[in-house]
Amino acid sequence: MKNSAVCDTTVDLAGVKLKNPVMTASGTFGSGEEYSEFVDLNRLGAVVTKGVANVPWPGNPVPRIAETYGGMMNAIGLQNPGIDVFCRRDIPFLKKYDTKIIVNVCGKTTEDYLEVVERLADEPADLLEINISCPNVKEGGIAFGQDPRSAEHITREVKKHAKQPVIMKLSPNVTSIAEMAKAVEAGGADVISLINTLTGMKIDIHRQTFAVANKTGGVSGPAIRPIAVRMVYEAANAVKVPIIGMGGITCAEDALEFILAGASAVSVGTASFYNPMAAVQVAEGIEAYMRQHRTEHIRDLVGIVK
Amino acid sequence: MSCKRKEKAAVVSQEQIAENIYSMWIQTEEISDFAVPGQFISMYTEDQSKLLPRPISLCEIDREKKRLRVVYRVTGKGTGTEQFSRLRPGESIQILGPLGNGFPMEPGTGKKVCLIGGGIGVPPMLELSKQLHAEKQLVMGYRDELFLTEEFEKNGTLYIATEDGSAGTPGNVIDAIAQKGLSPEVIYACGPAPMLRAVKSYAEEKHIPCYVSMEERMACGVGACLACVCRTPEIDAHSQVHNKRVCKDGPVFLSTEVEI
Repeated sequence: MKNSAVCDTTVDLAGVKLKNPVMTASGTFGSGEEYSEFVDLNRLGAVVTKGVANVPWPGNPVPRIAETYGGMMNAIGLQNPGIDVFCRRDIPFLKKYDTKIIVNVCGKTTEDYLEVVERLADEPADLLEINISCPNVKEGGIAFGQDPRSAEHITREVKKHAKQPVIMKLSPNVTSIAEMAKAVEAGGADVISLINTLTGMKIDIHRQTFAVANKTGGVSGPAIRPIAVRMVYEAANAVKVPIIGMGGITCAEDALEFILAGASAVSVGTASFYNPMAAVQVAEGIEAYMRQHRTEHIRDLVGIVK
Repeated sequence: MSCKRKEKAAVVSQEQIAENIYSMWIQTEEISDFAVPGQFISMYTEDQSKLLPRPISLCEIDREKKRLRVVYRVTGKGTGTEQFSRLRPGESIQILGPLGNGFPMEPGTGKKVCLIGGGIGVPPMLELSKQLHAEKQLVMGYRDELFLTEEFEKNGTLYIATEDGSAGTPGNVIDAIAQKGLSPEVIYACGPAPMLRAVKSYAEEKHIPCYVSMEERMACGVGACLACVCRTPEIDAHSQVHNKRVCKDGPVFLSTEVEI
């Protein structure tokens, strides 16, 4: 029957099977609880949590965000309640839903990352995403994500200690994204996610100062999407591991660009702020597209634009 | 299931009530059924270049007609709020709400209370003044031009302060409280940070319970993104640091719970 053929949206990420390729981008969805009032989390492939460190982090001073043309800039500074409260409160909450749990891990030093990774070994997290690309903290974060050797090293260390498959999240603030992707693959990354935010600056001309207190912030939203698609394409063509693509996805059409460019899965981030249902709508829209194009399996779309 | 929802609301009326200050009534489906004084809604522009919602406080809640009134400031040319001000009756607007905790009614009920509003913090005090059963002294501070004063007069004794001295007590709301010799047992306040700071220190000096409605730049409006935090003297149970979320844990806090 036309347009009603069964299509398979499942995605295999390092042996973890997601019901569909759509997840939330770290930092835009908390640990799912706040948005669960609007969104049926069961309809997401995975929820990627806000970054969590070994101890609570206070984050940056306010103002922490500013709107930019077709996007926004944030410098939250990875405020998080620390791994203990996270394991006690946030993981059990997410466990109630039929979706995969991807825990985003942040740290200031290699030891910080490893402490969180080890603490998560016995928790029901499905995958770990290692944030080596936050532009808004002075130590750690992006310091590991802008030099291929550091990135490879931390990946190798994390892999030694991690029980779950490891996603390395890359920064776009580099000269060659292909080189970074190859470095973390060489370090043993199971999956690569990109892009994190682009470092930007906005000046408030009325107050005659920086729009966010941190001076610089990470730019996200539809305005950065072409850059993200290009980087996903370059990374996907440089490595063999699966890619999670993100950067300005607001609808299924946006997500499909990433998939056709080489992403096996996608994340919806900033779009949730103006449309809490965005991620679920992206998942539904991808399925509709597959039916329309008689695509049997989502993998038949991945990277077919060369 | 939560009472928060995203709706397409129809504009019922729109009028300018002072320079850059607009009043809009909107017809909701269900948001007005759950809204309480001191809560806010996220209002969205149709312009994809402006993608963050604008958090706007509720000025009046008409449950019978399922309507909400927002009184808001247009912050400049080409802004999202300017787009809102151009909406005409029959047109629609996407809103998310009701958001935030709202003012607790119990502490002020039956007491001598001061409701203090300053600038664009004036509008949320109107619905509170309508719903709170108490001896109400309404202290409203303006830069120069007054608005909503007729509505306030129906719901309590109104005291006005103006920065330029054109009406009421010259100066700020604290000057008006001093000049009129007001002695509240409970305070509710909403306004710019310097005003809230002054109200907080006045209330704490006199050991008066004081509820302040805070403002901070927001993204999600629902407590997920951690953009709109305020400092707290104690470690907060949710954040595990000295931070509370204005959009979710507030916007109304007991003055002693927050640093301003």
